[in-house]
Amino acid sequence: MMAGTGAIPLAGGTDLMVRHKRQGGLIPRFEKPVLFIGHIEELGLVVSEKSCVSIGPCCTYSSLMNDHRLPEVLRTCIRNIAAPAIRNRGTLGGNICNASPAGDTIPVLSALGASVVLSKVDGKRIMLIDEFITGPGTTVREEAELLTGIIVPQTKFDCSFYRKVGTRRYNSLSKVSIVGLMKVEEERVSDVRVAYGAVAPTVVRSRAIEEEIIGTPINDIRNLIPHICERYSDLITPIDDQRSKKSYRKAVSLKLLRLFFEHCTSKL
Amino acid sequence: MEIRFVLNRKEVTIDTDPLRRLLDVLREDFGLTGVKEGCGEGECGACSVLIDGELALSCITPVGTVQGASVVTIEGLRETKRYGKISDAFAEAGSVQCGFCTPGFVIAAEALLRTNSSPTEDEIREAISGNFCRCTGYSSIVEGIRIASRRGREKGSQA
Repeated sequence: MMAGTGAIPLAGGTDLMVRHKRQGGLIPRFEKPVLFIGHIEELGLVVSEKSCVSIGPCCTYSSLMNDHRLPEVLRTCIRNIAAPAIRNRGTLGGNICNASPAGDTIPVLSALGASVVLSKVDGKRIMLIDEFITGPGTTVREEAELLTGIIVPQTKFDCSFYRKVGTRRYNSLSKVSIVGLMKVEEERVSDVRVAYGAVAPTVVRSRAIEEEIIGTPINDIRNLIPHICERYSDLITPIDDQRSKKSYRKAVSLKLLRLFFEHCTSKL
Repeated sequence: MEIRFVLNRKEVTIDTDPLRRLLDVLREDFGLTGVKEGCGEGECGACSVLIDGELALSCITPVGTVQGASVVTIEGLRETKRYGKISDAFAEAGSVQCGFCTPGFVIAAEALLRTNSSPTEDEIREAISGNFCRCTGYSSIVEGIRIASRRGREKGSQA
């Protein structure tokens, strides 16, 4: 049905209806036919497997934010999106496919190593979310494909950190968001993930820097913080926009990074 | 496209473009003007309704997505005893000035109280976080909801 029409899948519509709104009582104008998918039951399920949880793209934020099968950091992130009414209709799949640089779930999913499942009539493909989103508002979804699942590994972390910076507590578009995860074994960092949202065209994450940190004794982390901040500083390339200035975003980003590592060292 | 749904407890059918905003369908086709357009982009809450018992914003809901669902507007809520408790509490607390935002706040209050009958102040503020008021400064609205929740729990009260 979708091939050849360029149909736009619509689940909750909380982004699409705003982007396509027109004056007063005029019908929103979409450039292509719209395909309603929000009601499809198979797309609204959460399935817990041994090492991962599979989340349907049409699961609403409200249904996910208290679902204990999801990693706590993802639930925290979702609780900070918009406000109750939007969370009742907005979906995880919508946030991902909208691929806004300020999309809140994207850095968290990236840090967790999540993958997306893209299906079409004659097959499917699975890829990391970092491969799926290639630029602001841009994904590699083909016209005839639908996002049909989000697979989130169930890795246990000893320390988990999430901050969203916006103008108010609710209904805020992020100026900066950061997620930090750390695992410590035998007093050394055995795994660490850091990802930023809203400070570059896509998620800022560096496996190279993370691997540099892995193996460091937890007691040495505090001394390493200035070096870590310098390494990330090169990757954080925010813009001035109607919400914030780039100097502010950069300064806050690095302070939050410091806060994450200090949080880990005091906790572990 | 034909869309069939339950509106204020009555089954209705309309034949219209499924991308029309639920807000416009309610106001223009059904004459239910209690839902208002304050921003048209889901930020102010003046268009709030309940869809399948949950708080939703009719200005960003395509009418096609309420196929088979139950929609309640302030006009529908007004017929219930529960509304009476909220209405009295709002009067007592002085929660209404110009009244434009009020239907949205009452719907949000109902959505909260039907799942949480003794909310904390934080929980009340979160429940109304998607509603704007330019007149009251919000504290009298929070107080109105607090009083309503207390009245709703009082002995002998029927919700």
